[in-house]
Amino acid sequence: MSAVIDTTKPNHDDHEHHGPAKGIARWLFTTNHKDIGSMYLWFSFAMFLVGGCMALTIRAELFQPGLQLVEPEFFNQMTTMHGLIMVFGAVMPAFVGLANWLIPMMIGAPDMALPRMNNWSFWILPFAFGLLLSTLFMEGGAPNFGWTFYAPLSTTYAPDTVTYFIFGVHMMGVSSIMGAINVIATILNMRAPGMTLMKMPLFVWTWLITAFLLIAVMPVLAGVVTMMLMDVHFGTSFFNAAGGGDPVLFQHIFWFFGHPEVYIMILPAFGVVSQIIPTFSRKPLFGYHSMVYAVASIAILSFIVWAHHMFTVGMPLVGELFFMYATMLIAVPTGVKVFNWIATMFRGSLSFEAPMLFSVAFVILFTIGGFSGLMLAIAPSDFQYHDTYFVVAHFHYVLVPGAIFGIFAAVYYWLPKWCGNMYDEALAKWHFWLSFVGMNLAFFPMHFLGLAGMPRRIPDYALQFADFNSISSVGAFLFGVTQLLFLYLVIKAITKGEKATDQVWEGAEGLEWTIPSPAPYHTFSTPPEVR
Amino acid sequence: MVEVNPHKRTVLKSLFAVCAMFAFGFAMVPLYDVFCDITGLNGKTGGRYELGDARPEVDTSRQVRVQFTTSNNENMPWEFRPLEQEIRVHPGEVVKVEFYARNPTDKTMIAQAVPSLSPSRGTDYFHKTECFCFNQQELGPAEDINMPLIFVVDTALPEDLKVLTLSYTIFDQSALLESAKLDTDDSQAAVLAAR
Amino acid sequence: MRSRLFHWAPVALLPSLWATPASAEYGLNMTRGVTDVSQSVYDLHMTIFWICVAIGIVVFGVMFYSIIKHRKSKGAVAAKFHESTVVEIVWTIIPVIILVAMAWPATTTLIEMYDTSESEVDIKITGYQWKWRYEYLGTGVDFFSNMSTPKEEIYNTAVKNENYLLEVDNEVVVPINRKIRFLITANDVIHSWWVPEFAVKKDAIPGFINESWTRINEPGIYRGQCTELCGKDHGFMPVVLRAVEEKEYEEWILAKQEQARAEAELAKLTFTLEEQMERGLAVYTTNCAACHQANGAGIPPSFPALKGSAIAIGDIEKHIDIVVNGVPGTAMQAYGNQLSDVDMAAVITYERNAWQNDTGDNVSAKDIVDFKNK
Repeated sequence: MSAVIDTTKPNHDDHEHHGPAKGIARWLFTTNHKDIGSMYLWFSFAMFLVGGCMALTIRAELFQPGLQLVEPEFFNQMTTMHGLIMVFGAVMPAFVGLANWLIPMMIGAPDMALPRMNNWSFWILPFAFGLLLSTLFMEGGAPNFGWTFYAPLSTTYAPDTVTYFIFGVHMMGVSSIMGAINVIATILNMRAPGMTLMKMPLFVWTWLITAFLLIAVMPVLAGVVTMMLMDVHFGTSFFNAAGGGDPVLFQHIFWFFGHPEVYIMILPAFGVVSQIIPTFSRKPLFGYHSMVYAVASIAILSFIVWAHHMFTVGMPLVGELFFMYATMLIAVPTGVKVFNWIATMFRGSLSFEAPMLFSVAFVILFTIGGFSGLMLAIAPSDFQYHDTYFVVAHFHYVLVPGAIFGIFAAVYYWLPKWCGNMYDEALAKWHFWLSFVGMNLAFFPMHFLGLAGMPRRIPDYALQFADFNSISSVGAFLFGVTQLLFLYLVIKAITKGEKATDQVWEGAEGLEWTIPSPAPYHTFSTPPEVR
Repeated sequence: MVEVNPHKRTVLKSLFAVCAMFAFGFAMVPLYDVFCDITGLNGKTGGRYELGDARPEVDTSRQVRVQFTTSNNENMPWEFRPLEQEIRVHPGEVVKVEFYARNPTDKTMIAQAVPSLSPSRGTDYFHKTECFCFNQQELGPAEDINMPLIFVVDTALPEDLKVLTLSYTIFDQSALLESAKLDTDDSQAAVLAAR
Repeated sequence: MRSRLFHWAPVALLPSLWATPASAEYGLNMTRGVTDVSQSVYDLHMTIFWICVAIGIVVFGVMFYSIIKHRKSKGAVAAKFHESTVVEIVWTIIPVIILVAMAWPATTTLIEMYDTSESEVDIKITGYQWKWRYEYLGTGVDFFSNMSTPKEEIYNTAVKNENYLLEVDNEVVVPINRKIRFLITANDVIHSWWVPEFAVKKDAIPGFINESWTRINEPGIYRGQCTELCGKDHGFMPVVLRAVEEKEYEEWILAKQEQARAEAELAKLTFTLEEQMERGLAVYTTNCAACHQANGAGIPPSFPALKGSAIAIGDIEKHIDIVVNGVPGTAMQAYGNQLSDVDMAAVITYERNAWQNDTGDNVSAKDIVDFKNK
């Protein structure tokens, strides 16, 4: 590790006068936060499409009752890989990409604190996901035990490829941890003079807290997959009752990681929205301080609610009550955030460009996801919701219009700064409305399906679920195809968009808008002075 | 002038936190056992209970129904059942029951029975002084055995608990036998001694 | 089937239709169920739902008011305010009060569910890949319940019946108005036993036992499914219960016990190859075809073919051994404790003669008994 740390000594003088290297070497060996940020974003978009194709395979099979396209075994591989790829391959790297691009520009730093480690943490990812995806073509097939990989289905009863899966998860974990350390070091040590913690933009704040969460829980994930590896190959019995272990222990450790992980995927989106809403309301963010405290309390609470994913495993009454109350408590800081966003919009001077549209949709739809989350927190009714499509609807409502819309909003908002050109606003509005309609069509009916009794992760279903499943599949395909429009939009903006101004948005505030558009290869080589 | 690198401190602290959390992941294993002991989560019953000299008085004012049920885990061909399915006991009374096991195969096999009690709130009050589940069982081809369980229901058992169900699941652990054979000739003794 | 168009209407009108009694018919909302507990759960669910709707109306109301009134295009000029400690405190405290109001009924319902009073019927439920086993403790009644939907319906070569995927060969019969305790465990991986009408859902965990209970108010047939991913056929292990009057239940138990005795008698008889093949096909279809496939081709490498396999046309005793004792470390279960000796003999005979295996062997129940006692 010491070699990595040494690279951070400020010997970058020579960098200031040259641009990027030419050809492939630029991307392989780059230590520039903007290059790495772009690579993360492109990578995550590629993974988004791959995971999306898997989702569409699932939705195509579920379009009608009966087995038409895929066998149950392959269906299980699809649900598993869809979950893993979307969580670890699409959402998390996208936010790391945004962090790379934006954090140095927002705090007035020349680059990330540990640029070579930054390069390394990105380049691990293609190998991790290459490994994971290669299992699809191996004998026995890809992991088929769900993205939550409950033991013993994922240990004693797993296909042989589970070993590749474990190794892949380890690699992603290392990548995320390195990314998180980098973010923490950058934010704590490289802020421009005068940029106190409580003057930092909220995106930076949310990412700082996210990075702490990553450091706290990714090692626990690494631990749990290591235990699986030992159970599978070295004869230990962590999760096997016969040897004194316990399959429920797996769930406890997994969700100790898993619940903070949920917030890892949403907190940076909170940050993005907290940047965008004030800009397009032309009014400062309401309650900056309480926003910071709310994010911090959500992060802390996320460590003591994990067993609400396990209400049906047979916990004692006191356990159920504790986790129910703790989970309900999360609604308070989350509510505060929503109220603050709305108070920011209230009596503002609103305009609705694409970033604002996605942000407003974020607030509305994430709140709906929050409501279903509150319902799920109520342990007695959770016995009816648990592991049904109601849960699927809930987490897709917080992840698609939450995390994914947050990412879209961020890309539209900062793309002019990144590439120097405006995107096509009319097309972007199409992208928004088609995504909005497609997404709601795909996921809203799932609430009904779940309440009516359709379990999740089934390749075929009883006849009374047929209509809503068809609607949902139509919505999913609409949403999926619309994302190709997004790809076109981004390429069009980069190649032949209208030239953007430095300020880009009328109401935008922050250091990143003080530098030229497109942002030069090296920015803030001399730190700016923050009042 | 040696320039102090501020990142070094941050990185080292972070790495320390990473290692600590990795260790914490593993520490959850024993912590969970302690937690289960305290709360009776999952119906895990405790280990051997020492009755001691001061025997508790038998509470003859009430009776508790104790049910016994057995399951075979997958691929476990043994016949395995309680000789009595249900008995009524007074709290404080020391009771002995027996379970029957038979190995119908033509191979020597090792089994481990795993106990679990429901409702889990009762685990704190169900004490086993002698149980075949404390050890692994080895049976030769077509061999059978009656296995003892001696237990006491605590007099402090909450009044509202009227039925306790003790479930044993029997697992095939013969794989241990085979892997041990590779290591040592004295395999069975070694495996059992190691437990 | 009802017209599809008709079903679009509720989507457009939500959530106002969500709670109307008629909506249950379209599968829009949670069932009220047939027990007191399920009714409390339903009431709780609706209470929380309406509270959420009310909060949503207020919050989104303010938001849409801003969106409509405070547009720049309408000449709105931004105000300058951006902080108010009083407001922050108010909108922290109000949600806390609402949450306490929600937690109260939730807690009472939960305590009701954890009732441990004496039960009258105890049923042990074991989850297997991919079927359920029900043992009525103290009665000797013990059977497996497999999904009975034919493969042809699943693969769309036959018309799907009304209870598609929610039908089983052996229904669980339970009495109404009596406290029934379910003891739930699993044989292999984690399953989860769910009957929405009872609001009972409990994980079945190998090596551990869980419990739940119900007291059914109305006779009827209640259907549920496994809700924890348990491998390939997770979607194909339904739960079907028939709740009947107490007297009918008593009769059913007696009939089941009689049936077991008759089964034992059957083991003493011998059958022709044709009779064996017929019975064997039925046993094979419910127990073996999921993995080894109806045509005996299996899904290699996980599930080997039986057609022309060395086991199915080789030594009979080896064949019996595998079916009775399973193959450790694979998906092949030990069926010795699952199938009756008659069924076991029939299915082995079937496997040895179907798909051009044509060995001509007729394995009898006695052969199985002899093997087991060897």
